[in-house]
Amino acid sequence: MKANLKYNLAWLALMVAVFVLIDACEFFGIINSFIENMLVTIGINIILATGLNLIIGFSGQFSLGHAGFMAIGAYATGIITQNIATPLGFYLSMVVGIAIAMVAALIVGIPTLRLHGDYLAIATMGAAEIIRILINNFKITNGAAGLFNIPPLVTWATVYVLMCLTTIMTVNFIHSRRGRAVMAVREDEIAAEAMGINTTRWKLVAFVFGAGTAAIGGSLHAAYIQTIAPGDFNIMASIAILIIVVLGGVGSITGTFVAAIVLGALDTILQNFGTLRMIIYSLALILIMIFKPAGLLGNWEFSFKRLSQSRKKATVHD
Amino acid sequence: MTSPLLNAQQLVKNFGGLTAVANVSVHFNQNELVGLIGPNDAGKTTLFNLLTGETPVTSGAITLSTDQGVQSLTGKRPTAIAQAGLSRTFQNIRLFKTLSVLDNVRIAMTNHYHDGFFSSIFRTPKYYQTEAAMTTAAQELLAFFNLTDVANQPAKNLPYGTQRRLEIVRALATKPKILFLDEPAAGMNPEETADLTRLIRQIQHDFHITVVLIEHDMSLVMSVVERLYVLNHGALLAEGTPSEIQQNPAVIKAYLGGEPSC
Ligand SMILES: Nc1ncnc2c1ncn2[C@@H]1O[C@H](COP(=O)(O)OP(=O)(O)O)[C@@H](O)[C@H]1O
Ligand SMILES: [Mg+2]
Repeated sequence: MKANLKYNLAWLALMVAVFVLIDACEFFGIINSFIENMLVTIGINIILATGLNLIIGFSGQFSLGHAGFMAIGAYATGIITQNIATPLGFYLSMVVGIAIAMVAALIVGIPTLRLHGDYLAIATMGAAEIIRILINNFKITNGAAGLFNIPPLVTWATVYVLMCLTTIMTVNFIHSRRGRAVMAVREDEIAAEAMGINTTRWKLVAFVFGAGTAAIGGSLHAAYIQTIAPGDFNIMASIAILIIVVLGGVGSITGTFVAAIVLGALDTILQNFGTLRMIIYSLALILIMIFKPAGLLGNWEFSFKRLSQSRKKATVHD
Repeated sequence: MTSPLLNAQQLVKNFGGLTAVANVSVHFNQNELVGLIGPNDAGKTTLFNLLTGETPVTSGAITLSTDQGVQSLTGKRPTAIAQAGLSRTFQNIRLFKTLSVLDNVRIAMTNHYHDGFFSSIFRTPKYYQTEAAMTTAAQELLAFFNLTDVANQPAKNLPYGTQRRLEIVRALATKPKILFLDEPAAGMNPEETADLTRLIRQIQHDFHITVVLIEHDMSLVMSVVERLYVLNHGALLAEGTPSEIQQNPAVIKAYLGGEPSC
């Protein structure tokens, strides 16, 4: 118990330290609106990619429609906060977005996750497309023009805190009885079933959890950027999230963080290069995949616990 | 006489034109150690797959005696059958390869522990209690099988014989009523096989469960089991005690005749 408290405090200290660091940089004007925008995008991408990594890297199911669930959160926030333009309205809209995204995930997941095999990839791709077309045609979502003048109800600090919260919840999920059941499904579905693991149920739990966090990312995106349109949530948006997961390492949340930061920074630096930007970006991706096919970090995770244990071992050897 | 723990009546399995299991009836009693032998391709693994639900039966019925009376297992999913108390190992080892030895065992305990969803994602004391209870139980099992030293290694890093042992531990962690072992000594040297023989006896005795054993190694089977079934070409050739089987002319002709050691 005491040791657990120590590691939890170490993580808390790290999160507070980064917050204070960003806050100080804002205060001294080191961070301009351009860089703040980059930081917020990185934060939202971490939320999105962590959820997708849970689905792909931990439950072993291939999902290609993450942007669809993000769209649900974004539009829930866009529509609700235009009517209730208060922080409470924002959190209400986020909860509504999460709930709808989870129901949508259940509808897509229940028929497809019963089957062994990669049926989820096709189903999610289709579902995301259906969500986008619905948004494109509904009156309440303002069709293809999208929503603008969404009240700016979130700051970089909101994004940061929610990023920390969703990451904590996801990592805690992975390191629990539930997370292990989910990983058993990834490792060997037949063996998992023979051990009494209800494989459909655990695949569904991971998928619905990931969809819920995607909605959080969407809500933050809508409230920070203040403008959304159906085209923001197409298949390319889903692939952009997938790239972060694959690049960081399928099955490594630490890798997702590193990849989201590296790609976010690269994207910002390359903005000055115009069309050349996409070429350099793609080239960088190809090079990383050639030299690091398992992603930047494979399935390695940073852990204060392991750090302190290896340090203890080292002192014993001395 | 009380009814058998598991009773399978006239099981048939066809794979297209091939009849892998032909009208086989078997039963296993409480706390019994039973062997299942037969030449390659006799249908032994397929029979295990039918009993554990991995392969649906073409026809036949399987029932399990429980405290609530006799329950039908026919047509149930492997998950439900495992939860009813049938556990197994696989002829081609199926461990959760990249996960630690400890996690392999803890996964098999998933259904026996409960912490609420929110308690686990926000790590309330209940989460820590559940984790500690699961870990302690898993470590006790690992200690019993001399696997404590490798508890934190990924399962795939273990030597072959140890992987087989871990698969048995994992199956036991589900708290089964019946344990099916599919060629647990395959690929082991004589010394490891002797250890395994002792272990299987000890499991059946200490855990008070029924063990059903598929084995090629005749010395292993004959020395541990109380009763034997012999399969040949998908059909049941004989049933009896080891000495009865050793003297059965049909069995000698079909199977034992080829083994110089017997
Ligand atoms: N899934 C399957 N599809 C088709 N044929 C199978 C399948 N599983 C087993 N068989 C066939 O059934 C027969 C019995 O196989 P098996 O049960 O593995 O025998 P044993 O375990 O006694 O060596 C073999 O001829 C095998 O090729
Ligand atoms: Mg076999």
